[in-house]
Amino acid sequence: MNIKKLIMTYISAKAQTFILPLAGICCFLLLWSLTASSIDTSLGKFPGPSAVATQVGNLITEHNAERVKKDAFYLRQDQRNQTRMAKDPSYQPKERTYTGKETFIDQIFTSLITVLSGFLLAAVIAIPLGIAIGLSPTLNSAINPIIQIFKPVSPLAWLPLVTMVVSSVYVSVDPMFAKSFITSLITVTLCSLWPMVINTSFGVISMNQDWVNVSQVLSLPKLVHIQKIVLPASIPAIFTGMRMSLGIAWMVLIAAEMLAQNPGLGKFVWDEFQNGSSQSLSRIMTAVLAIGLIGYLLDRSMLQLQKMLSWDKSSAQL
Amino acid sequence: MSIILDISKVDMVFPTPKGDFTALQGVDLQIKKGEFISLIGHSGCGKSTVLNIVACLHKATKGGVLLHNKEVTEPGPERAVVFQNHSLLPWLTAYQNIELAVKQVFKNKMSKAEMKEWIEHNLRLVHMDHARDKRPDEISGGMKQRIGIARALSMKPEILLMDEPFGALDALTRAHMQDSLMEIQQKLNNTVIMITHDVDEAVLLSDRIVMMTNGPAATIGEILDVNLPHPRNRLALAEDMEYNRLRSAVLTFLYEKQRKVEVIPPPEASKPDETEQVKSSVA
Ligand SMILES: Nc1ncnc2c1ncn2[C@@H]1O[C@H](COP(=O)(O)OP(=O)(O)OP(=O)(O)O)[C@@H](O)[C@H]1O
Ligand SMILES: [Mg+2]
Repeated sequence: MNIKKLIMTYISAKAQTFILPLAGICCFLLLWSLTASSIDTSLGKFPGPSAVATQVGNLITEHNAERVKKDAFYLRQDQRNQTRMAKDPSYQPKERTYTGKETFIDQIFTSLITVLSGFLLAAVIAIPLGIAIGLSPTLNSAINPIIQIFKPVSPLAWLPLVTMVVSSVYVSVDPMFAKSFITSLITVTLCSLWPMVINTSFGVISMNQDWVNVSQVLSLPKLVHIQKIVLPASIPAIFTGMRMSLGIAWMVLIAAEMLAQNPGLGKFVWDEFQNGSSQSLSRIMTAVLAIGLIGYLLDRSMLQLQKMLSWDKSSAQL
Repeated sequence: MSIILDISKVDMVFPTPKGDFTALQGVDLQIKKGEFISLIGHSGCGKSTVLNIVACLHKATKGGVLLHNKEVTEPGPERAVVFQNHSLLPWLTAYQNIELAVKQVFKNKMSKAEMKEWIEHNLRLVHMDHARDKRPDEISGGMKQRIGIARALSMKPEILLMDEPFGALDALTRAHMQDSLMEIQQKLNNTVIMITHDVDEAVLLSDRIVMMTNGPAATIGEILDVNLPHPRNRLALAEDMEYNRLRSAVLTFLYEKQRKVEVIPPPEASKPDETEQVKSSVA
């Protein structure tokens, strides 16, 4: 009797964490393949799971092929330079960089680097700003209207402005970063800024008054007060803001890349759409799933970081 | 002995949306070095307000607080506070919580090793050295309160201010903590102001019991000298005539002279508002 009960509870626990999600995914795949086969488009049938699986294989093969080409290019260049050097020791070897096609996997990395850089830049601005706003009611009243107005603006509306400003301001002979990268990055920064500013300042404002009293009794200097009391106290709120921001940043980046034709997953999707081959739809569908998966992994990593850094374990759940 | 702390004719008025609220009026009290003062009174009469004014977490509307004949205007570690709800920083361990205080107060006066020794000494004082690396959410309420006390003591305060330090504890832990506090006070001879709701605690620990009248405009009603010899033993005192006389004096003050008239709202919740509206329309 008891053992039966035990087994039941064990199974139900397993069901919660394992079997039910698996069943959900299976149902989804089934529904997807059923509906996909009944949707006809001008580019053929809507891609089902199997088409996507094939494309995953294709995309990886293409990536590897491109890598082989790249390696071969550099090998040839080295050999050429060496033979010229052997003939003529005063020869200055030429180093050209390989300009092959960006593969799906390259695009994933471009997007990831862009989103993380934009997000980090935003955090570097937003967290000190949020703390300053939270600590100073004057600053809060002064800045709050600005935040409230800019917060609801879709960053895509900024994109043309950002593009124009970057192309006129960011001029250098040998730019360290591509203009397209800077544009995407600033767009991401603009949209990740607000949730972090708002959450950080909220965390500071709603800080437990007792902790402030402790700091006052100790007569902590302002900077020590911020470092030892304010910052740790608002860490849970800061992380909430960061997770929100990162989620938004990822969504916005893909859209911005599509709109501005900046390298990244968004451009991949757009190019495939323009391409209009029989494979396009399944490749786009693959990209859609990859975007979702990466978004999920970004959020999980943020959560993991929060679990590592935050003292408040209860706020670091889900 | 010399007067160390002079609470001089303090008034406290809180501005509220409904107009000014006079919490304290004419609170006047002189405290000698090494004295243990209990502040007792009904809930809401203004005990915490008095303590906060001494700590300078509130600024008195009128009057002020003199420490060694100098007015104090800012909070400072020489008036360490043990807060009602321990107020440990949850992201720091017990050791680190005390370390934050010690590092700040003895910045240029102690070497690293001396600080470490001093922090550990204070942990031992409250019998908490075994929990040195635990965070507040990993230890019980009584343990947290003890670390709060150790933190306050580690600042070597001239005045130790305690706001119902044992209020949230069960009777057994509370008795244990009272004994620890008596022992520490005998050893260090701190000047202490302690708020309490507990009559036995007040009589057991204090040299003087300051009894406050009910608010609004609360003030000091009576001061009772407790001349029981130290060290005090709670079991022996239970039979003691003087102890019981003091105890009943406090009880008489609280439950006869300052009987708290409980305002129990009438069943129709809107009634008080109506009367207020009538008043304001008349005005
Ligand atoms: N910041 C404030 N603004 C307005 N009124 C306040 C404020 N702080 C305290 N009061 C009022 O002053 C009075 C005294 O408050 P206080 O907290 O000192 O009481 P207390 O004696 O410590 O009560 P308890 O024993 O319940 O802790 C109360 O009526 C309270 O409502
Ligand atoms: Mg109180």
